Amino acid sequence: MKTDHSHAHRRACLRLVFILLAIWFSVSLGCGVLFRDWLDVNAPNVGTAPFGFWMAQQGSIICFLLILVVYAWQMNRLDTKHGYSEE
Amino acid sequence: MSQDLLNFIFIGITFAVYVTIALRSRAGSTEEYYTAGGGVSPLANGMATAADWMSAATFISMAGGIAASGYDASRFLMGWTGGFVLLTVLMVPYLRKFGKATVPDFIGDRYYSKLARGVGVVCAIFICMTYIMGQMNGVGVVFSQLFGISLAKGVIIGGSIVFFYAGLGGMKGITYTQVAQYSVMAFAYTIPAVFIAIAMTGEVIPQFGLIGEYTAGGSGEAAIPFLDKIDNINEDLGFTRFTDGTMSTIDMFCVTAALMFGTAGLPHVIVRFFTVKNVKAVRKSACWTLLFIAVIYLTAPTIGAFARVNLIDSLHDKPYKDAPAWLADFEETGQMAWVDKNGDGKIQYFGPKHKDATSNTNAVFQAKKPVYPASESPADQLTGIHGERLLSVKADMSNPNELWFGKDIMVMANPQMAGLPKWVIALLMAGCIAAALSTAAGLLLVLSTSISHDLMKKIIKPDLSDKEEVRYARMASFAALSVAAWFGINPPSEFIAETVALAFGLAASSFFPTLLMGIFSKRVNKQGAIAGMVCGIGFTISYIVYFQFLDGPKDQLLLGISPAGIGFVGMLVNFAVTIVVSAFTPAPPKEVQEMVESIHIPSGAGDASH
Repeated sequence: MKTDHSHAHRRACLRLVFILLAIWFSVSLGCGVLFRDWLDVNAPNVGTAPFGFWMAQQGSIICFLLILVVYAWQMNRLDTKHGYSEE
Repeated sequence: MSQDLLNFIFIGITFAVYVTIALRSRAGSTEEYYTAGGGVSPLANGMATAADWMSAATFISMAGGIAASGYDASRFLMGWTGGFVLLTVLMVPYLRKFGKATVPDFIGDRYYSKLARGVGVVCAIFICMTYIMGQMNGVGVVFSQLFGISLAKGVIIGGSIVFFYAGLGGMKGITYTQVAQYSVMAFAYTIPAVFIAIAMTGEVIPQFGLIGEYTAGGSGEAAIPFLDKIDNINEDLGFTRFTDGTMSTIDMFCVTAALMFGTAGLPHVIVRFFTVKNVKAVRKSACWTLLFIAVIYLTAPTIGAFARVNLIDSLHDKPYKDAPAWLADFEETGQMAWVDKNGDGKIQYFGPKHKDATSNTNAVFQAKKPVYPASESPADQLTGIHGERLLSVKADMSNPNELWFGKDIMVMANPQMAGLPKWVIALLMAGCIAAALSTAAGLLLVLSTSISHDLMKKIIKPDLSDKEEVRYARMASFAALSVAAWFGINPPSEFIAETVALAFGLAASSFFPTLLMGIFSKRVNKQGAIAGMVCGIGFTISYIVYFQFLDGPKDQLLLGISPAGIGFVGMLVNFAVTIVVSAFTPAPPKEVQEMVESIHIPSGAGDASH
């Protein structure tokens, strides 16, 4: 039973990490660098700033913060579910 | 009250606080020296990590970089925050569970070899040394500006202070000092920004200023988007538009990626997370850290953009004799220079695309930096007919640009340019020093523990007593600081952020892949890891040395990637070599494979040991 738990926990963690890293990549290197020219023209402005430029300067940082909050929250949930919670 | 006196008072008070904290929380045992005893709260650790992380490069240099290059500087913004995501989801929870006090410790145990540990120590030394050079340079810039002394003297004063409390307090002292330093930094960075944002855009929250409207043009002018205003200024003067970049997409990508992956492999940031209680606290602490960092990083683009508008508004096309007093102050310390090329007594500032220009450069001088005659006291400095400080080099007369300024002074000059109250300027100075000192202290600790713990205790003299170990650590800090001070006086790059960016390349190409595979793969073995680290960091160092120090020709750059971005390629080299070599050599022993299993289980992390 114990080994099952550790296996399931590990797989669930990895899935979460992959999803979050995909978001991480697309908001920073994606929106801010690779597709920024296209987004500047085609996406709506943020305030008065072009979208791609804003993502590169401020937007990505806000997204990073949200990613970490989701990670901490989801990981704690997984820990509890698989009985690794320490409280 | 004079500005100098106020500066002294502010810095004096903050120093008194740091020293008091350092003395009160002096490390009693090696445990406390390395990991502060393991009982730091996630919030306090978040603040301390943020202070540790935000160095002179961030605090002093980054906004200056944004002012100078607009969009291009996003590489620093994204790179230095994005790395935290990698660090948190891929590294620190697992390394905390593993429960050793240093990064080479993990490498030595996971790759069951003294050689791997030794290579880890060498990598840590290279990374920290490069990084700390930038800090010492930053300390020097601030002190020389503050007291009107030479850069060399500034570096030596700063270095002595760092040695005093990092060597004394160990991790415990540093942690609590950094909490205080973060508070100083946050106020020092945001308060001037609020003042300027109100003056320029009518927004109280500076972060919104960047995406707001420019309203300082007087009642006759209609409000226009702030970014349009700065784009227009840049275009009029012949610079690239602020929101456009001059870097190629691939270079931008590589530099940003190198900074991100480098962050996730920086030993002095990783060890900070060993000071909290358990894995859950690590995750929470990481959230706090990024929040505290974001406060400053979201303000930086605004400060940079404001500073540029202010600088140009207050200097361009103004007669030198009417120029604000801070211009002369910066000339005195060699951070600004003006040459009246057309003899009209006015300051003209132009970019490379200015239509009158016959050459495609906007450099005021043939050599990039102005050279002043060697003389330190303002009374002996030679002045020209308009009262400007004279240079010992001839100006490059082929273009009309007359103004030179060091990018690193932007943040320090900003409140003065905007005419803010004197106490705001004094607060900012205290913040600059806090930023440089906190990072230098953190780095020094990693450097000294790598040498005392991983090199002396684990490799050379296993019978070392705890007391001797701490003594070795203090000796190592002194040696490291001396070397760093020398490089701080003779920095490898003129721009602090650029020097620091090199350290990230080294971290990305050595520690990141090795730690990542050590955590997530059971198959990667010692031969693979050692070969990978050596090839990765070797490739990166050679590329940097060739292009940054030996002035290798720019057209030989690999795909146009600048030295700061090559760490990303170095990282791929490391991954490839490690995987290939591991595939042809035997799998690691069973205990090691079990260890890898166990670090994925978050519960049961004891105190970090050594």
